[in-house]
Amino acid sequence: MTETIIQSSNLFLPTILIPLLPLIGFIINGLFGKKLGHASGWIATLVMFASLACSMFLFFNLPSGTTETVTLSNWFYFNDIFIPFAFLIDPLTITMLLVVTGIGSLIHLYSIGYMHHDEGFARFFTYLNLFVFFMLLLVMGNNYLIMFIGWEGVGLCSYLLIGFWFKNQAYNDAAKKAFIMNRIGDLGFLLGMFMMLYHFKSLNYDKVAIGAMSLGVNHITVVGITLFLFIGAMGKSAQLPLYTWLPDAMAGPTPVSALIHAATMVTAGIYMIARSNIIYSLAPHTLDVILIIGTATSLFAAIIGLLQNDIKKVLAYSTVSQLGLMFAALGMGAFESGMFHVVTHAFFKALLFLGAGSVIHALGGEQDMRRMGGLGKYIKITFLTFLIGTIAISGIPPFAGFFSKDEILASAFEHNKVIWGLLSFSSMLTAFYMFRLLYLTFSNSFRGTEEVKHHIHESPTVMTLPLIILAACSTVVGFIGLPPVLSHSHNFKNYLSSVFAQSKTILPAGHQMSHSMEWILIATAVGLAIVSIAFAYFKYVKQKQTPLEDEQLKGISKVISNKFYVDEIYNAVFVKPIMLLSDLFLVIIDKLVIDLLVHGVAFVTAQFGRGLRLLQTGHVGFYMFAMVISMIILLALQIFNIFNFLHI
Amino acid sequence: MLTLILLLIPLFASLIALLFKGESVKWFSFIISIFQLVFTLYIYFVFSSLNNGLDKEITQSIKDSLSINIDWINSPNINFNIGLDGMSLLMVFLTNLLMPLIILSGLNKNQERPQILYSLMLLMNFALIGVFVSFDGFLYYIFWELALIPIYFIALNWGGPNRATVTLKFFIYTLAGSLLMLFGFLYLYWATPSHNLSWVDLTVNHICSCKQGFIFWMFFLAFAIKIPIIPFHTWQPDTYSTAPTQGTMLLSGIMLKMGLYSLLRWLLPVVPNGVAEYTPYVIALCFIGVVYASVIAIMQTDIKKLFAYSSIAHVGLIAGGIFALNMQGFQGALIQMLAHGINVVGLFYCAEIIISRTGTSDINSLGGIRVLSPRFAMYFLIIVLGSVALPLTNGFIGEFMLLFGLFEYHSWAGFIAGLTIILGAVYMLRMYQKVMLGDVNENVTVFENLKWNEELILAIIAILIFAFGVFPKPVLELVEPIASHIFKLSFIK
Repeated sequence: MTETIIQSSNLFLPTILIPLLPLIGFIINGLFGKKLGHASGWIATLVMFASLACSMFLFFNLPSGTTETVTLSNWFYFNDIFIPFAFLIDPLTITMLLVVTGIGSLIHLYSIGYMHHDEGFARFFTYLNLFVFFMLLLVMGNNYLIMFIGWEGVGLCSYLLIGFWFKNQAYNDAAKKAFIMNRIGDLGFLLGMFMMLYHFKSLNYDKVAIGAMSLGVNHITVVGITLFLFIGAMGKSAQLPLYTWLPDAMAGPTPVSALIHAATMVTAGIYMIARSNIIYSLAPHTLDVILIIGTATSLFAAIIGLLQNDIKKVLAYSTVSQLGLMFAALGMGAFESGMFHVVTHAFFKALLFLGAGSVIHALGGEQDMRRMGGLGKYIKITFLTFLIGTIAISGIPPFAGFFSKDEILASAFEHNKVIWGLLSFSSMLTAFYMFRLLYLTFSNSFRGTEEVKHHIHESPTVMTLPLIILAACSTVVGFIGLPPVLSHSHNFKNYLSSVFAQSKTILPAGHQMSHSMEWILIATAVGLAIVSIAFAYFKYVKQKQTPLEDEQLKGISKVISNKFYVDEIYNAVFVKPIMLLSDLFLVIIDKLVIDLLVHGVAFVTAQFGRGLRLLQTGHVGFYMFAMVISMIILLALQIFNIFNFLHI
Repeated sequence: MLTLILLLIPLFASLIALLFKGESVKWFSFIISIFQLVFTLYIYFVFSSLNNGLDKEITQSIKDSLSINIDWINSPNINFNIGLDGMSLLMVFLTNLLMPLIILSGLNKNQERPQILYSLMLLMNFALIGVFVSFDGFLYYIFWELALIPIYFIALNWGGPNRATVTLKFFIYTLAGSLLMLFGFLYLYWATPSHNLSWVDLTVNHICSCKQGFIFWMFFLAFAIKIPIIPFHTWQPDTYSTAPTQGTMLLSGIMLKMGLYSLLRWLLPVVPNGVAEYTPYVIALCFIGVVYASVIAIMQTDIKKLFAYSSIAHVGLIAGGIFALNMQGFQGALIQMLAHGINVVGLFYCAEIIISRTGTSDINSLGGIRVLSPRFAMYFLIIVLGSVALPLTNGFIGEFMLLFGLFEYHSWAGFIAGLTIILGAVYMLRMYQKVMLGDVNENVTVFENLKWNEELILAIIAILIFAFGVFPKPVLELVEPIASHIFKLSFIK
């Protein structure tokens, strides 16, 4: 009972090396990390660059428009269902591979500097390599179960790395919360897989797509599968209502926030939907749900981001908001635009997080922007690279974020004007809070203590080099996807066209927007961003305002600053009742009802026994007395002929 | 003959063990158990060669070497009928895989009258193998009862405080179950046309469907108490926390699998009509039990009781998968029995290591152990991950198949039982955080490094967790033929 395994082509070796190298790094560091000391960081970084090289090999050697499947084994099977351990290499996978290994390599390099003094140095790189291994499985699998291994595996690594400083129980709480919220999503993912298995007898992407196509548009099964999978995406990619773990996840070391909670892991949900684009195209109802949730998340997180004072929390809410934007793109059927934004966002958000890490490093651990200010003159490289990242995320041309955002907004305008309005507003807020962050951190004069001020220093080269490279990428990467008004060929779209070709035939085709309309949209978006930036400049540079301390907040700003009390609501609605239920089950049902019944039976038996025991007194006299009485009774019965009467 | 040797070695070893004095009996039992494990692996290779398309004569001779069927008592008609199929072999493998670990765990400990303790454990080994290889109802029943006696004395004489009451409760609970099973078998004996309790006969010539309901409940209750399925579980948390750790490992790792195994062996194929009639109720009981036990585990503060409730949740899922009556349910149940046996033994062993060093089992008075013993923290984490069924650990494939089995039975059943993946993460991570992470608690100022036998056991368990998680196919292949055989038998013709 085995399916034949086809080993093909010259791509086999580089393909398996891509995930294998980080795994080897993980094993070496896991076993010998303590002895290796700081060499462990270099080993971990080296395997990452090697993995990047293999990914580039695939990029240059995979003939365009083709797909390659590399099967390692039939992992397991039951009934007539086979689950192979196999990798699928196509342009979409390669895009993700380049992002994961490319940005991953730079962040590994950066971490050598950032974690230099930490006692858990080797352990950090062990986890980081393991994370990359699982992330690569996630994007390389040719079926949903391999994706699910990666999916849960990155969740584990996220848990380990958020709680990296495990002596702090608040960090451990954040780690646990991340894992559990992701598990809620994972149940959705599992149920989606069960529906696929039940209806299509396979978890392979291609077979599921064929099965779904035979059912037709908006069939209840396809809608169900896509919705369940989307629940998984909500958990992993921090969408409403499962987003609250991501801001808390900032407890982890900053390179972790950059790699896992900004550039790669949290975009897994977007990748998954892009990967399943055919079944999602067959379920327009689900796409509508995704569009609404994505837009709502984008706006909601942007509003919270306005009043956060922790530099990493601002970036975290901005990540949630940007992920919402990507989901909105998917919801409109603009899969390439969503993926395009995944790519550009990965660069500038990694840059911003690493820049924030460099700031925190310079200030000896301070994260509150109210205790910063004026850092521009002390840490110039960090400032300039951070500035580029901020411009990129705000959507100012010609930086990366502009192109991908513009594409999404253009699709939104065609799709639905209200969505377009909301997303434009959210982008405007983004520009505001990002420049608020920039000004509060780098402009004016320093607001912290003298002691900290004395300590401020630029980060070492291993840290600034990745910043410079990422800044360069954030500047130019947008040019892979120029809008139609500027160029006739959209390189990124062309590259991915084979992946999304089939869904294009299913989805209703959008009509080509006129160039003048497009110019108007671009002008509006850029104009709004500039207005926001000017407002932020006026408020935080001209007027030199600093955010109020938490106690001084009142009214709506207090509500926003407290993140709309969502954590408190979840606590009251879910956590507390479950704890209550747990006590109730134990005390009332287990101890009272069941044990009372059990003990009741035992008690009755014991009483019965006690009663019987009275007869067994051990006195010979009593026995003889009983014997005599019995004989008399028997005789009396004989006399009255009762035995005959009873037919005995 | 092979099966008979496999069965008799622990019996003789248990008698010989009584002759030893002091610590040497532990080494003797350990060597015997290792030999048993090697012998089991040998039988596995013999057995799996059956599938390799040998010619008929060799196949027949292998089959002959694995089973024995001789008249034992004429009236009532009882045969000494033992044999091995994939399912039996898996359970025997589980037993003989865990025995060396359980025995090894006692090596560095001061134990009173070790020769009697280890003799009882070997006797238990004998009885457990007996249960798994019996193909005659009465013989099976005798082994089932026999298995209870050693564990009763182990818990009674080597247990913790309050052991007399707790052990009595356990004894009466299980004995009540056994009594029902005895009724069931007697009734079955009279009702069956051929007047014998050979498994093959019972599964081919079913008794009249009007009488199957009665036998279903007699058997089901007996098994449900042993497994345990809610609401027949209240003996278990107390017993697990009071029995000595080796006893708890025997109980949770192997003995409760007797109940699950028996569902597949003696319930489903014997009274298929009864099963078909009552399955909805039983399945509801199972998946309600999964959620119920998980929710209780969330607030448990005693580490052993927490593991006990988590075990109830896991076996509830296995039982539910079995009653889903489909192939993935059966195969998932079997692979999960193996995984659960390994993981639960690992969990209780970690609890033992913690309790013996700190003197407390209250998770609120623990904390920060990871700071003091990072290696132990790593092993413990791996076992925790196995039991929350992370992919690539042994818990995953079984749970995946079981949940899919339940889902196929009814999508809501799959959903409700699926909550276990969330709740399991909640109580396990909460426990791990309180016990291992954070600052060092004042009760835990010194945490002695792992001894060699402790580290060996944990390392073996950790390796097994990944081995079966990454390579589940040999197990699935081993049980596939018998699972599909039982699948066919369990449907009403």
